Amino acid sequence: MTLEERSLAAPELAGRRLPRALGLLEASGAVRAAVAVLVVLALVAPLLPGWLLFLLTVAFAKGLVVLGVVLLLRGDLVSFGHGLFYAAGAYTVAFALRWGVPVRDAAPLVLLGTLVATVVAALVGLFIARYRGIFFGMLSTAFTMILYSLLLKLYWLTGGTDGLAARPAGILGLQPAADTLRLTQYYFVLVLTAAVTYGAYRLAASPLGYLMRAIYDNEVRVEYMGASVRQAIYRTYVISGALGGLGGALAAVAVGHVAPDLAYWTSSGEFVFVALFGGAGSVFAPLLGAVVFEFVRNYAFKLSPYTWQLLLGSVLVLVILFAPGGLWSLLERLAQRARGGKRS
Amino acid sequence: MEQLLRVAVDGLSFASYLFLVSAGLTFIYGVMRILNVAHGSLYGLGAYMAAWLVLRLWPGGAPGALALPPVWSYGVLLLAALIIGLVVGPLLERVFIQRVVDRGEVIPLVLTFALFLMLEDIMKLIWGVNPLGADLPYAMLGAVSLAGVNYPVYPFLLTGVAVVAAAALWLIINRSRFGKLVIAVIADREVSRALGIDVPRIYTFAFTLGAVLAALGGAFSAPMISVVPGVSVEVIILAFAVTTIGGLGSIGGAAIGALLVGVLRAAAVHYVPELDLFVIYALMTAILLVKPRGLFGGVEVRRI
Repeated sequence: MTLEERSLAAPELAGRRLPRALGLLEASGAVRAAVAVLVVLALVAPLLPGWLLFLLTVAFAKGLVVLGVVLLLRGDLVSFGHGLFYAAGAYTVAFALRWGVPVRDAAPLVLLGTLVATVVAALVGLFIARYRGIFFGMLSTAFTMILYSLLLKLYWLTGGTDGLAARPAGILGLQPAADTLRLTQYYFVLVLTAAVTYGAYRLAASPLGYLMRAIYDNEVRVEYMGASVRQAIYRTYVISGALGGLGGALAAVAVGHVAPDLAYWTSSGEFVFVALFGGAGSVFAPLLGAVVFEFVRNYAFKLSPYTWQLLLGSVLVLVILFAPGGLWSLLERLAQRARGGKRS
Repeated sequence: MEQLLRVAVDGLSFASYLFLVSAGLTFIYGVMRILNVAHGSLYGLGAYMAAWLVLRLWPGGAPGALALPPVWSYGVLLLAALIIGLVVGPLLERVFIQRVVDRGEVIPLVLTFALFLMLEDIMKLIWGVNPLGADLPYAMLGAVSLAGVNYPVYPFLLTGVAVVAAAALWLIINRSRFGKLVIAVIADREVSRALGIDVPRIYTFAFTLGAVLAALGGAFSAPMISVVPGVSVEVIILAFAVTTIGGLGSIGGAAIGALLVGVLRAAAVHYVPELDLFVIYALMTAILLVKPRGLFGGVEVRRI
């Protein structure tokens, strides 16, 4: 039995299966599928109604945050506080617009939001990179609750529970009219999402990506190998925070409004929720999870406003108990069966 | 001086209910190594059950169809807590949590988060979304004058409940057979199992005990608050703060943490109201940074 097989056979790991290989070869099928999905998403967009474009735009933005959560989950670190970066990115856009930064275009504002969140992550990361398990989660929750309490109570600065408007005047120099605004935002977010996902894909196949995978298996052995666990976690944390800020800034631009709830612990819980729902098996899984999640929530909320959390909660319980790899693992299984079918 | 007394009294009543919820949370973590997000829902269920029963039995504050004397409402609060704790506790543990207890810390955390979401809606389905205000037990006790200022008496009763619960918990852990078994399981699951201790059963008992404490906190704060959807959300995050400050797994720590958070928040409410939440989470962060295992959670120190 090889080392790999043994670690998979160990009961404590069998339940929380991680991708067998993050290498390019294994996943090339997924990459081809992702490119196809991207092309379809870009081509059909003009035909889609406004509400659907909006739903997808928000789903992609949140998917980026979830992607950040998944990067950490791969090292067995659960950030129950990504609302911190989400809100930091979103509020940066709103603050910049409110306090008269001369730039009114969405693109530089989103970049600014991402930068601010990255700086926050770089600072918080200095402390948090030492923590593991429940303490990592607790500390990340504590940080996001600090931001929440400030956003909520410093009314003169943040507008309190009312929040702030975040409506940039244009995107990349374009000044879309009201009827094409949704479509423009959609393309903007779609392109960014595709680019970032590709980056994350390369990251997963990079030494840092493999290190995180190794840390998941056994941190002590990684140290013995001569690699710095803390540095790997710190770097991943900063990247993860940048993704959170990017997602938050994009969501703020799409929704046109920010509120303290973005930083509340339930918002962070939702990102972890979607991360497990989609699965940690691929960098595409968070996006898949986010899109399905937004659809389910949208419809469940419309059909029955008092039971949508019940439905979501039940789905998550089922995923945890019966499909630990998330939606992605179910897709993989389907794909495998389809391939097997062709061969026989 | 008057202001300080107010802070002390408010802080104490806030600390009492925080302790009831946090003690259960920290006990469950100590035994099972599971951070139970659904613990907040048990608080909420306890509050709803208590408010609903009181409103049923004494509609409008007057004796209803059963014509029970209003003093019994205190017993009804206790009864509500026991019903919720003893029914919902084992149910959650047996059906869901026991299945993931060996899957690290992350998966159980997320599973209990899912249970929390479900229970939020279940409460709405059972009791609707309109606030339940059952202040009969609160109003009956009236007010007492301390140094010329009137204080409601009920919060002192809550403190009494918290103290009794703490004493009972101490007795259970240190003076009962169950307590000895629990300590063995905390020290070493594997060896306990090898010695013939039915570990899953201990888990169920421990979880139920924690659930009763949370429901007790909910049931006895119900008369002081308006029970609305979302009460659980705020409570659980405060309980997280309290348990981390005191040290996860330490019941003494939960008591100190509850007092610290209670008094600190009361002081902030009176002196710098904008920062009432900030001080709690700033303290939580500071303690996590300096002493990650909390004020009372040393690595070598036996938990509980």
